[in-house]
Amino acid sequence: MPEAKRAAPAAGVRVEVAASADGRRRVNICAGTACVFAGSMKVYEAFEHELAAAGLQDEVELSIIGCHGLCSQGPLAVVAGEETYYPRLKPKDAARIVSEHLLGGAAVDDLLYVDPANGERVRCWHDIPFYRQQTRIALRDVGAINPERIEEYLARGGYEAARTTLTEKTPEWVVEEMLASGLRGRGGAGFPTGMKWKFAAASPGPVKYLICNGDEGDPGAFMDASIMDGDPHSVIEGMIIGSYAIGAHDGYVYVRAEYPLAVKRLKIAIAAAEERGFLGDDLFGSGWAFHLKIKEGAGAFVCGEETALIASIEGKRGMPRTRPPFPAVSGLWGKPTNINNVETWSNIPWIIANGAEKYRALGCETSRGTKAFSLAGRIVNGGLAEIPMGSTLRHVIFDVGGGIKEGREFKAVQLGGPSGGCLPADLLDTPVDYESLAATGAIVGSGGMVVADDQTCMVDLARYFLQFTQNESCGKCVPCRLGTKRMLEILERITCGEGEPGDIEKLQKLALAVKRTSLCGLGQTAPNPVLTTIRYFRAEYEAHINEKRCPALACKSLIAYTIDADKCTGCTLCAKRCPVAAVSGEKKTPHYIDAALCIACDSCRSACRFDAVEVVSGAEAAALKGTVRA
Amino acid sequence: MPRRVEHSSQAPATKKAPPADLDLSPVAAVVAEIDPKSSLITVLQRVQEHFGYLPEAVVDEIARLSGVPSSRIYGIVTFYAQFSTEPSGKHKVFVCHGTACHVAGATRVTQALEQELAVEDGGTTPDMSFTLGSVACMGACSQAPVMRVDADTYGNLTAEKTRSLIREILGSLGLTAEQLAQSAQAAAGGDHA
Repeated sequence: MPEAKRAAPAAGVRVEVAASADGRRRVNICAGTACVFAGSMKVYEAFEHELAAAGLQDEVELSIIGCHGLCSQGPLAVVAGEETYYPRLKPKDAARIVSEHLLGGAAVDDLLYVDPANGERVRCWHDIPFYRQQTRIALRDVGAINPERIEEYLARGGYEAARTTLTEKTPEWVVEEMLASGLRGRGGAGFPTGMKWKFAAASPGPVKYLICNGDEGDPGAFMDASIMDGDPHSVIEGMIIGSYAIGAHDGYVYVRAEYPLAVKRLKIAIAAAEERGFLGDDLFGSGWAFHLKIKEGAGAFVCGEETALIASIEGKRGMPRTRPPFPAVSGLWGKPTNINNVETWSNIPWIIANGAEKYRALGCETSRGTKAFSLAGRIVNGGLAEIPMGSTLRHVIFDVGGGIKEGREFKAVQLGGPSGGCLPADLLDTPVDYESLAATGAIVGSGGMVVADDQTCMVDLARYFLQFTQNESCGKCVPCRLGTKRMLEILERITCGEGEPGDIEKLQKLALAVKRTSLCGLGQTAPNPVLTTIRYFRAEYEAHINEKRCPALACKSLIAYTIDADKCTGCTLCAKRCPVAAVSGEKKTPHYIDAALCIACDSCRSACRFDAVEVVSGAEAAALKGTVRA
Repeated sequence: MPRRVEHSSQAPATKKAPPADLDLSPVAAVVAEIDPKSSLITVLQRVQEHFGYLPEAVVDEIARLSGVPSSRIYGIVTFYAQFSTEPSGKHKVFVCHGTACHVAGATRVTQALEQELAVEDGGTTPDMSFTLGSVACMGACSQAPVMRVDADTYGNLTAEKTRSLIREILGSLGLTAEQLAQSAQAAAGGDHA
């Protein structure tokens, strides 16, 4: 954290409740997407009700905040100032927090976070290992402010960087500062931002455009969404600075269709910025004009590619075109255009305010600064984390992420979504920087990090990603349209138990052709999940092909459910839960699963309290499926 | 059979007769406000917001009012996943199939819903009460697997939990899974007849 680490009073000790910006006490409720899914709005309503019942509605301000970071602990509330952290709240907990903490003055001990490493309660979120290990720049205000109130962004020094830039600096200075910072595009490709700006600035002409790419499409990535709905002003301020640097007076924020909350918050933020003269014809009285509009995407992954995105803003089918000309020369409506991703934009005001040198000091030789990652999958601390570039994967997954859920074994980490790759345990010491990850066959990408444990089938994961890219292929170029389709067919055969010797080689050959000859980044990177899983988990492919066995027991066609007669007590629970009446048996006698009827929904296994339901694969499964009980 | 991650390319329903009583006046209001020549996607988003989908008559009306050929409009409609040429059910159930949800068993959630609602992923029940769909990622990965039923969201699902949740929801609407199954059967029978 940028703030100095502070010593927290021990849990349960009487604490002073600090005041919020307008002198009132304040309770923040996380309204990030994951917390909302976990029920945070019901918790908010409960607080509203309890505060009113206690007569505190005027004294205590109840506020929503953007993603606080540790999503797996949601819904969560933070008592601001003292930063007391209440995770996994239920609506009924609000009454106790109001009466014992806000009225009584002592933190509610048994509702505090428990550190799984030592079982101790932690009161202040700064002291939780997940947060302590982070350096937040792009996410500096996310989870700290109410994203719908510009005053709160201003109170943390917001728009000062833009004001200083426009009133005291030259555009050339801004470009030089960006070059010096070493910031590289956070959308995935990692192109130096300063260089991009230099090209766009050098393009002649009075009309230029600026675009924020908020089409975060990688499944399993939610950094950009969290920034747009948690701190929209940081993006707007970054774009103001960028507009001045390259000489653009009009900009667009292109937001993915599936992010209605981001659209709502950005609209509020743009209106508030316009009202204060931070957007419009005369920014900060400097005479500089910059207008910003929102364009909502309509659901097409390929629109994350810059030329496709431009086509989409123009109201066309979002299909990429060949480059050159690059958008810096001919982009939106044929004019010079500069596109950066959400996270890149939100870094800019910090770099201007704190200096390129300070940013450059973070990270490693080739990759400066920090990167936001969304940690997901079978990881203990699922959520949003920002760490200096160059940290190892092990540090991110185990120190920040808290390791693997349910104490299971780490199997792989998938980086960069459908364009990225799966890395095994022996590459955990790879530093997270653009070059080191590229050498493994994976990419930093947009920052999605999905962890897989021993229950995840790597062949199925490759099939999953290819199904995604195949479905999202725009169809313009043949290698991507047909190549991904043929690859998907092979992978489907393998996971269905119809793989043949030679399939792996065929996949590799096709993959290379698709990579080399596709028109845009979608096709050029689509084979990465397949290539990396073959490279690091070849034995799993071979088990599927040669033994018709899924080692992770995940591929439905290759597994069968069976009941261990020695363990089964005949409690009938599994039979009751089975949706297709595949389980039969008398009370208090061992039950039996008819493999021909079973749909592998896992209901019986998750219901069984005696661990009697087993999943088998390979020859055993084939035998079960081939037998019908007499 | 593999499940579609997103149903992005329905064929335009060219043979279907438009509802006879369709009031097309909202189209003119949108076209008057936003120029389809430069902002066709925004126009379609607004129009679909009003009608719930984009029937042929509506597309033709946009073409007639703006001079943009309907072929170009269909090009957009079929390219983007957000647009639909078919009406959807009164209630919409979407299961997230992002990477985290996939790893956590989203396929089982969809399977349970297909059974309970008696409809295939991407389809609508014959009584038009439910549409079941998949989306690529809702960004609630730490609650995986997740689903959304209209405006309500549910996380940490299992096949079992999904079944009891959807039965509860059906109950609150005065419906049962058995009714849906029967209407699906009747519809299938009707098709064969």
